Amino acid sequence: MSATESTPPGAGSGEQGEDFLLLAGRPLRSRLLLGTGGFPSLHVLAAAIEASGSELVTVALRRVDPAARGSLIDVLAQAGVALLPNTAGCHTARDAVLTAKLAREAFETDWIKLEVIGDEDTLLPDAPELLRAAEELVDAGFVVLPYTTDDPVLARRLQDLGCAAVMPLGAPIGSGMGIRNPYNLSLLREAVHVPVVLDAGIGTASDAALAMELGCDAVMAASAIARAQDPVRMARAMRAAVQAGRLAAAAGRIPRRRYANASTPDAGLAEFN
Amino acid sequence: MIRLNGEDCDVRAGETVADVLARLGVGVGVGTGVGARARGVAVAVDGEVVPRSAWETFALPDGARVEVLGAMQGG
Repeated sequence: MSATESTPPGAGSGEQGEDFLLLAGRPLRSRLLLGTGGFPSLHVLAAAIEASGSELVTVALRRVDPAARGSLIDVLAQAGVALLPNTAGCHTARDAVLTAKLAREAFETDWIKLEVIGDEDTLLPDAPELLRAAEELVDAGFVVLPYTTDDPVLARRLQDLGCAAVMPLGAPIGSGMGIRNPYNLSLLREAVHVPVVLDAGIGTASDAALAMELGCDAVMAASAIARAQDPVRMARAMRAAVQAGRLAAAAGRIPRRRYANASTPDAGLAEFN
Repeated sequence: MIRLNGEDCDVRAGETVADVLARLGVGVGVGTGVGARARGVAVAVDGEVVPRSAWETFALPDGARVEVLGAMQGG
């Protein structure tokens, strides 16, 4: 995992307090993006946002329910976070592009987390449709953040189309399986110069730390926080993990070795008998 | 008759997107204009975005497929 042995790209020095992520020109102090889906209530969501320190949260578009109680938009405005609309549930480039345009209208932002799903059971991205949608949305002036596989070649294609970042999965959405292929993720990290935001698969704090140690610029967590037994406490844990992983990546880990390497010198060792 | 969020819905000739939004309880208000009262809402008619600025004037043709979407927790 050579990516852990070099300073990861991205703005800032890695010291806490002055480290920030530059995402499409927007400086973010928090490298944790939060998904808003799956929280038991808007109240818990608000508390989790605060505990996470996240400044950018996802939001979806669905048919208006006249009977719905409480306003998600009001809660998010109160939290002072920027919105990242997604195209969750779209299976074709056409639907994703239209959803992005509707999101721009609804939320007055050009930013779009582009998801084009190719399979109902795994919710894995449909690569050809994803590329098609990304190209069209970049041309239409969107800041495109595509949810993608951990394929370095596909990530580079998305970057070359003009995507502002790439959001590779660690494992399928909501699976909590962690980062199944850390080698691919570090290859992907080296293959692109745009920010890499690990998206999907995070199960617990150590997964988020590992993503950052592998050189990711940020982590997106949704189910791992929202469906935890105590979402607010898990939000705090994720925040600490992302910071720890970021610091460790910048600090440079020791190489792995198969045999012990004494940390106490032999020199000056007493001789008994 | 139009299709509104997947359900049949009777409309009078000349009814606009804003009229239909008011029926759904979206953007109802006095003085501020429907657009300003409907943060987080977007409308598509027959697969095309109807911009906020056109809600008051866009008359729905018979058989129109209208989707009124709003912010939902997700992602």
